[in-house]
Amino acid sequence: MANFYTDNPDLKHHLNHPLMQKIVELRERNYTDAEKFDYAPANFEDAMDNYDKVLEIVGDLCGGKIAENAEAVDHQGASCSDGRAHYADGTIENLDLCRKAGLMGMAMPRRFGGLNFPITPYIMAAEIVSRADTGFENLWGLQDCAETLYEFGSEEQRAKYIPHVCEGETMSMDLTEPDAGSDLQSVMLKATQKEDGTWVLNGVKRFITNGDSDIHLVLARSEDGTKDGRGLSMFIYDKRNGGVTVRRIENKMGIKGSPTCELVYKNAPAELCGSRRMGLIKYVMALMNGARLGIAAQSVGVSEIAYREAYQYALERRQFGKAIIEFPAVSEMLAVMKAKLDASRSLLYECSRFVDMYKIYEDIARERSLTPDERAEMKHYSRLADALTPLAKGLGSEYCNQNAYDCIQIHGGSGFMKDYACERIYRDARITSIYEGTTQLQVVAAIRHVTTGTYRSLIDTYAAAGYPAELESYAEILKQLTEAYDKAVAKVTEANDPKYLDFMARRLVEMAGDIIMAYLLLQDAKTNESFRNTVVVYTKLAQAEVARHCDFIANFEPAQLQAYGI
Amino acid sequence: MSLNIIVLAKQVPDTRNVGKDAMKEDGTINRAALPAIFNPEDLNALEQALRLKETHPGSTVTLLTMGLPRAAEIVREAIFRGADGGIVLTDRALGGADTLATSYSLAQAVKKFGKCDLILGGRQAIDGDTAQVGPQIAEKLGIPQVTYAEDILDVKDGKVTVKRRLEHGVETVVAPLPCVVTVNGSAADCRPRNAKRVMKYKYAASPSELAKLSEVAAAKVAANPDLNIAEWSAAFVEADPEQIGLAGSPTKVKAIENVVFTAKESRRLDNNDGQIEELVKELIANHTIG
Repeated sequence: MANFYTDNPDLKHHLNHPLMQKIVELRERNYTDAEKFDYAPANFEDAMDNYDKVLEIVGDLCGGKIAENAEAVDHQGASCSDGRAHYADGTIENLDLCRKAGLMGMAMPRRFGGLNFPITPYIMAAEIVSRADTGFENLWGLQDCAETLYEFGSEEQRAKYIPHVCEGETMSMDLTEPDAGSDLQSVMLKATQKEDGTWVLNGVKRFITNGDSDIHLVLARSEDGTKDGRGLSMFIYDKRNGGVTVRRIENKMGIKGSPTCELVYKNAPAELCGSRRMGLIKYVMALMNGARLGIAAQSVGVSEIAYREAYQYALERRQFGKAIIEFPAVSEMLAVMKAKLDASRSLLYECSRFVDMYKIYEDIARERSLTPDERAEMKHYSRLADALTPLAKGLGSEYCNQNAYDCIQIHGGSGFMKDYACERIYRDARITSIYEGTTQLQVVAAIRHVTTGTYRSLIDTYAAAGYPAELESYAEILKQLTEAYDKAVAKVTEANDPKYLDFMARRLVEMAGDIIMAYLLLQDAKTNESFRNTVVVYTKLAQAEVARHCDFIANFEPAQLQAYGI
Repeated sequence: MSLNIIVLAKQVPDTRNVGKDAMKEDGTINRAALPAIFNPEDLNALEQALRLKETHPGSTVTLLTMGLPRAAEIVREAIFRGADGGIVLTDRALGGADTLATSYSLAQAVKKFGKCDLILGGRQAIDGDTAQVGPQIAEKLGIPQVTYAEDILDVKDGKVTVKRRLEHGVETVVAPLPCVVTVNGSAADCRPRNAKRVMKYKYAASPSELAKLSEVAAAKVAANPDLNIAEWSAAFVEADPEQIGLAGSPTKVKAIENVVFTAKESRRLDNNDGQIEELVKELIANHTIG
């Protein structure tokens, strides 16, 4: 049986990034938990060894049962009857295994029964789970919601709910409604405060992933008469209390093991989480950022399996007397798939480390006040995480779709049949660039980091890192790409036309992403020779992509927007 | 009622993934080419033990294995999955044992262990495939045995109820405790390693491993008795030197051959003594048995 962690040395490469030393020290508060918990690490090496060993469990389960179950789960799918959603048999088995292995609440503090892992190894686990069964990653990955509950709930609420999550109860985030998808300000689900101060929820939610979960975070309108985001608060609903039924589940194209529910709330008792009116503007934003990182991880997992399936098939399939991998047209596709996979993975873990850095400081700030240096560092990383999250989610999900497409292409006619995993991968991939904010919305979140220069300054730090002679020519190319990017940004922003900027935003964001990913791979190649080929292939790709976008922008006049109906 | 349960387990070469280099020219196993794993059916037995531990609070599950010192690896694996601890019965004098000598040695270890209610083990190990050691231990201890177990349904009032998976169906039997139960691969899969247990017990080591540990790890083991994996010698379990190892093994390997299986038509016999006798004669004649 395969182990999806140990069979992929790139994961260990990313886990052992130098910034981890600081992340782990901060997260473990200088290893003080070791006195209180027998499973807490005593030092950095001990902690890293723990992550390694736990990821090995994840890899073992995923390479074994979870991957084995994926096809049957896809065929059986989730179902709905008597107001409840029901998982496929394989999903039930997968969840049971994850519970027994203690892989729920991985990033929660030990005092609530969690493993106190930083985000980075947790996200790595998410990537591995997604490779095995993309839809199952949703259910398992919703343990993320506990992070939001931890950040904004009271200590009493934390103590009440988080231990349940660590023991394996599942969660959901009930945000969208029939008329409130991307536009969450329009949420109508009504929260009413009774005379005794408790709250009840009434209304309908739609497209809720794992909507029949044990513990829900619910976005609801608590302020009567309001119409925008400022009238929304966040609530915790506990399934044990009753009041929410599943009216139907969606018949989806992919991730069929993950029930997507329409929920009916009828006087469902709920607890207010955090402050009133902060539901959307603060808590859901935080929740979504965590979820977006999760989808970025899910996307990399899909890219990984798509690449592996394609590679294996190309090795085995013989035509014209040789394996098809020997044809340049096929090997080029595989090399590009690998480059996109490696690039999106490097971006994913760079982003997750940034998230770790600022979130850990935020958490320390709950215990003591930060020093000015610490506060500055927190702000720095918070900004970087804010900038890289939409890139990792937006571009990573697009890449995984491209890889799933090419995976089928390499399978040829067989790929169009239901006989191979690639058709499931293709269907599962499709949602990643849609949910938790479409790629178009990731661009909206990312474009301000183009105009305010966050990406540019990040690129500068990468450029200043210094590269060995054999990589120098690639670093030189990236400098040229950066100059071209600067020109394109200048041309678009100088026009001072918001519509024109919106129109060009995706091109600018993609260019920034291409350059950042190319630099990250260059850094990977500095310490790990196995990235050398990817550096060549991805730099070529970035070069061509940046040229294409620059060309479009250079030859475009704002007046031509009209032809696009703008 | 709390139970003391011993799980018998063996570290075996992973014969499920045999490549061309699995055997040396002299016909013995090339251990370097095959990873050492926890014998699969012993994991099924461990799961049965862990379920009993859950339903009978206060119970203990102890893994007992005979082998090289490195067999401590499967004791750790068992601890990661929920066992309380384990014993490695290891001694040069035990080397070369056949099933008779092995079951004698293990039976001595069980006696040394003291009070135990249930002895569970896998039906057979994937290296020898004899399925003899479990039943022989029961014989040597003079206690009942239940083989081909698929599910231990209940333990109460000094009795164990076991569902057996037989060729043409299932059979449920009741046996008095203590007894030996050997478990089939058709029983429930063993639960996975648990993250917290792995982090808590990863430094668990036997005395011979301790010498190779880092100072930090050795200090941890010294500070925490739970991290000690016992190592027992033949003398410690008071084994008669004549009945262990090569000396105690009447089985002599004459020759080992590489056999390539080829599919043949199956033959159906009627259920009468005449036909069975014919077949036995034929098998003796062609040296399949005897």
